[in-house]
Amino acid sequence: MKRFLPFLIIAIVALLTVGIATAIYRAKMRPATPVAATPVPAASTPAAGASAGDAAAVATPTPEGKEDPSLHVRGPRTAPVTVEVYGDFQCPSCGHSAGIMKELEAQYHDQLRVIFYEFPLAMHQHAMEAAMAAEAAGVQGKFWEMHDLLYQYQAVWSKVSDVSQFFGSYAESIGLDVARFNADRQSPDIRQRVMSQGEAGTARGVKNTPTIFLNGNEVRAGFTRDSLQQAIEAARTPKKGS
Amino acid sequence: MAGKRKNSQAKVAGDKGAASNGARPSVVVYWIMAVVALAGLADATFLTVAHLSGDDAVCGSAVGCSTVLGSAYAAIKGIPTAAFGTVAYFTVFSLALLGAFGSAWVRKFLVLVVALMFLASCYFLYLQAFVIHAFCPYCMLSAALTFFLAGLLLVIPPAR
Repeated sequence: MKRFLPFLIIAIVALLTVGIATAIYRAKMRPATPVAATPVPAASTPAAGASAGDAAAVATPTPEGKEDPSLHVRGPRTAPVTVEVYGDFQCPSCGHSAGIMKELEAQYHDQLRVIFYEFPLAMHQHAMEAAMAAEAAGVQGKFWEMHDLLYQYQAVWSKVSDVSQFFGSYAESIGLDVARFNADRQSPDIRQRVMSQGEAGTARGVKNTPTIFLNGNEVRAGFTRDSLQQAIEAARTPKKGS
Repeated sequence: MAGKRKNSQAKVAGDKGAASNGARPSVVVYWIMAVVALAGLADATFLTVAHLSGDDAVCGSAVGCSTVLGSAYAAIKGIPTAAFGTVAYFTVFSLALLGAFGSAWVRKFLVLVVALMFLASCYFLYLQAFVIHAFCPYCMLSAALTFFLAGLLLVIPPAR
């Protein structure tokens, strides 16, 4: 018996390893339930009301991310490369890739068009609140300013239990009407807008954040500066040739 | 025939003698190696699964971790680098366990596997420090476990 005992233990460890790894993998590969992915009746997606400013319509992104005026877009429509980012403001990798994207935007100027979609994951405590804050800033035409601040100070607000004060101070720093911002960021319409974007992402196959599409093709090579730059260069090439 | 049996009995007795002399501390070291390899196996398996499932939450708030695990070095020809670690740690665990149960032959194989792991860990540390410019805590843990395994292996005297 003692002769076979080590082999028995080795077999058990092998089986346990494969079993546990498979279980974790399956659990992770279940479509990540973004907070935003709860079924939402299409009819209940009204505009954000009179205070909705530049983003009056609820964002209903198309797969190509074109034509919808409520989309959060940076860069010209004529840009040869369109980068679509599904992000969660509390996700560290999203913050990291957002920094890289900003550098690349500065490098490529009008060659790059960036579209951001909300995809707050349920696993992050304040992700939904942050997404709503960004959308509320968008109502006053300052979505990208809030987007940048939320990522810049992600490590700070992610750790606190009440983010209201932090988001309020960011709103103030970018010149928003704070009272209106605070009202908007808690409004059902803004929540609905975030949910619609998350739902559209889920329908498109987005499971994790960040998920980045370049000219409609998902980037799978990792989100380092080099890999994203290579992907952008690759996406530019066919446009150049045509 | 009887002589042959006597001869093999003497050989077994000799092996047991060797095992009971210098082997007692070795057995303990093999057990420690097995436990350390198990920790490495858990670490590498976790990273492999995280890589395959594209999960970023594995990194918590560590941006360096995301940078390393999202880098081009996180996979070799589409196979997660951590998967090689999983195989390596499992091999070390198996060999160390066999060693703990008295198989003296395992040492030379352990030396080979742990040496490869040691070199790989040094290379990955170099990549993190000088190429990627970010450190991943899970990778650092793996490197530390490998270095510890290498140190433990030096304690075990070579089989005669």
